[in-house]
Amino acid sequence: MSIRDYVTLRVGGQLFGVDAARVHDVFHPRGLTPVPLSRSEIAGVLNLRGRIVTAVCARRRLGLGPREEGAPEPLAIGLEVHGDSYGLVIDSVDEVLKLDDEKFHAAPGNLPPRWAEIIVGVYQLEKELLIVLDPHTLLDAGHLKAA
Amino acid sequence: MDDLIAEFLTETAESLEVVDSELVKFEANPNERKTLDNIFRLVHTVKGTCGFLGLGRLEAVAHAGETLLGRFRDGKLEVTSDAVTLVLHSIDRIKFILSGLESTGNEPDGDDHDLIAQLEAMAEGQAVDISAVQAVEVPDRPIGSEPDPILAPEVVQKEPERNLRPGEVSEAELEAAFAAAEAPDWMNEAVAEVEPELSVSEVAPAPVAAAPVAAKAAPTASDAPAPVMGEDNAIATTQSIRVSVDVLEGLMTLVSEMVLTRNQLLQISRTREDSAFATPLQRLSTLTGELQDSVMKTRMQPIGAAWKKLPRLVRDLSHELGKKIDLVMDGEGTELDRQVLELIRDPLTHMVRNSADHGLEPTAERVELGKPANGTVKLSAFHEGGYIVIRIADNGRGLNTARIREKIIEKALAPRNEVEAMSDQQIHRFIFAPGFSTAAKVTNLSGRGVGMDVVRTNIEQIGGQIDLVSIMGQGTTFTIKIPLTLAIVSALIVGAGGQKFAVPQTSVMELVRTGANAEHKIEKINDALVLRLRDKLLPLVQLGPTMQLEAAQSEDPTFVMVIQVGERRYGLVVNDVLDTEEIVVKPLAGILRSVQAFSGATILGDGSVVLILDPNALSEYAGNIIDEKSAEDGEIVVASTENEKVAMLLFKAGYGAPKAVELAHITRLEHIEVEKIERMDGRAALQYRGKLMPILNVSEGSGLMAEGIQPLLVFTGEGYAMALAVDEIVDVVEDSLSIELSPDRQGVRGTAVVAGRACEILDVDYYQFRGLAEHARKTTTESDAGKVAA
Repeated sequence: MSIRDYVTLRVGGQLFGVDAARVHDVFHPRGLTPVPLSRSEIAGVLNLRGRIVTAVCARRRLGLGPREEGAPEPLAIGLEVHGDSYGLVIDSVDEVLKLDDEKFHAAPGNLPPRWAEIIVGVYQLEKELLIVLDPHTLLDAGHLKAA
Repeated sequence: MDDLIAEFLTETAESLEVVDSELVKFEANPNERKTLDNIFRLVHTVKGTCGFLGLGRLEAVAHAGETLLGRFRDGKLEVTSDAVTLVLHSIDRIKFILSGLESTGNEPDGDDHDLIAQLEAMAEGQAVDISAVQAVEVPDRPIGSEPDPILAPEVVQKEPERNLRPGEVSEAELEAAFAAAEAPDWMNEAVAEVEPELSVSEVAPAPVAAAPVAAKAAPTASDAPAPVMGEDNAIATTQSIRVSVDVLEGLMTLVSEMVLTRNQLLQISRTREDSAFATPLQRLSTLTGELQDSVMKTRMQPIGAAWKKLPRLVRDLSHELGKKIDLVMDGEGTELDRQVLELIRDPLTHMVRNSADHGLEPTAERVELGKPANGTVKLSAFHEGGYIVIRIADNGRGLNTARIREKIIEKALAPRNEVEAMSDQQIHRFIFAPGFSTAAKVTNLSGRGVGMDVVRTNIEQIGGQIDLVSIMGQGTTFTIKIPLTLAIVSALIVGAGGQKFAVPQTSVMELVRTGANAEHKIEKINDALVLRLRDKLLPLVQLGPTMQLEAAQSEDPTFVMVIQVGERRYGLVVNDVLDTEEIVVKPLAGILRSVQAFSGATILGDGSVVLILDPNALSEYAGNIIDEKSAEDGEIVVASTENEKVAMLLFKAGYGAPKAVELAHITRLEHIEVEKIERMDGRAALQYRGKLMPILNVSEGSGLMAEGIQPLLVFTGEGYAMALAVDEIVDVVEDSLSIELSPDRQGVRGTAVVAGRACEILDVDYYQFRGLAEHARKTTTESDAGKVAA
């Protein structure tokens, strides 16, 4: 039995989790410079304490609709993939959960392809399901192209 | 100097520094065990190593010294003041020999019997006469520091040699041995010239040197290559340190960050008048600049490092081609950033190969022409402004202008009338065109039509330029001009479409103000924008619209930046030129690298992030868009966003693969009761929002439903609407649209994989034409409409 820490977050009402060890930061994605001609998932680039961070919109990446009017300011979690700094723009961050590997399940087979490839698995929490994301495939250019 | 000895000196120099202070302690407190142990260890190490290196004199002294120290250590002998003096003498002697070794590569001549005899005598417990020992004059600088310029004025060597791992043979040695074996004299000279080894920055730390930074003995070998051209600070460069490339890169990054932060601070201070920070900030700014320069210098390497393999290459070529070729190299001490050096290594090799293969005539032909039998390929490098200029010249036949002209026409690279009007120089530049080769036959070496275009691309990628001058019968000279460093560049910050961008200053030739009251006006030829500049027409690219920025349409462009990329010149139209700033180029994240238009991003003084335009890619990008635009107005988005996700409607209609159409083309989806559809003369239509809307079938295999609900895709154009009858709407998916199979019939753009399935992508234009034709039938004759529909 091994316990892992997950940062839990919400995108479009759905609860997601990312391995806490991979999350460097949680920040407000402000001062975004849009990148013309780039994929629609790219929210822009921003300066986070001297580093250039590429912000990727989780909603667009997951094929969800835009945020509702009047929703609270979005947050971003800082991740590193292949040495590049990314900020995954999400709706909100919940908490850090310690979860037992035994309760971890593979993702169900009927997910749409763009979800299936970025989901490592699912935890069955008491109240709802926690979908564990793989930041690597989520932000990897190769996977994006294939999606 | 032997590299092993250099290594030995490096290590010993470090210990000797320790011993200097230990000796002082030893004298003050001869019975301090630790000090004695330390000295013993050093002497022991020296003895062990120099035996291995065959340094007899040093070994003998060290051995005798060790024996005596061993006696002290074992407590068998009492430490007396005489004993201390004797130990000091032996250490001095070791230093003396080491310094001789350092300056000449060999042990100095001399006799140590006096010292050794006394050491041995004392070890035996006999009385010794200290005065019998000849004191040596030890240079008062530590071993491993810079040599005394008075003592060794002629042994100054600019480039420190790389230390080799044990068992490794130096490349220079190999080359020298190789050249001496069979190459003609010129080759030996060339090898000797090229011998200066890699500078420190390229040297990875050898495993033997566990300490991250080990003082390295100054390589003042007598066999040092002839004085290298250039700088007068040669003495200063003889002292060196070995640092791993990673450390240097890290340092560079830090300094770059510092420069940015400095810029940021300066920006803030400009807005505050009373600031007490102004003076210290100014000082900080100066210091940062100096630090930046210094760090940059550590990254500099002589271009000779990239030329090292060329003598061998030319020799091989000479054999293979049966030509006699001299390679002359000039200015190999000219330094440039190691990053740039890495990037030009391959292009240079390629060009030298090209010159030898294409440029030079076979020896017999040369003799016939009355030229010297030996062809010459000459490489030279020098600094000019903030650039390094590299020339590759051959004295061969020169480019065959007529033949290139023919090829250009044959390959349709330019229209015949234009080609005929071109100057020779312009014609010659076509050898940089992709796939261009005039070689009559494909050889091992060249003539495959890949090469010069790749060379050009590589050079342009690092902000360089390449040009050539060729004179028939006299030879060809290529000139490459590249920036010294890529790490920090000056850039113009421009505004377009409400966004800021950085343009590297190296590619901006001039700025031209345009607009209603300005001297220069932007004019249009069809849809292409041009600028009349000194009687020449400059093609223009509008930055805002090219970047598809919405705000760009309404703004009035005010500046044209004349941009030179290689031999191409174009004008970039921007709304505003805001500032010039030193910027640190940072690469874009992997996810953004497919966007060709940007070469990176940077953080400006105000903390904002701006994208750095790649003038090279931009010219291509813009070129494509202009073509696309003139072909089909308003269809730019589709063409330029191949990798971008497109929302697609998946549906079934008739037999065969599922079909898909871009959602953007569809105005509405309707589900209509079949009864409501009216049929007339084999055609179907629907009364829809007060008008009669034709309903088309997707293909012969599909048709209207017999009963129930009929799904329809409604398309609208200007003043008309049409519907496409489908069997079933499956899904709306977002995917990148990349058509992989070509269409097999009308109305299909091709087959693409959408959401993991192979789908036929509908050609909406085709159906709209047909729909329009249906409408037209109501007003015009059958035959006219038939034409359109077909």
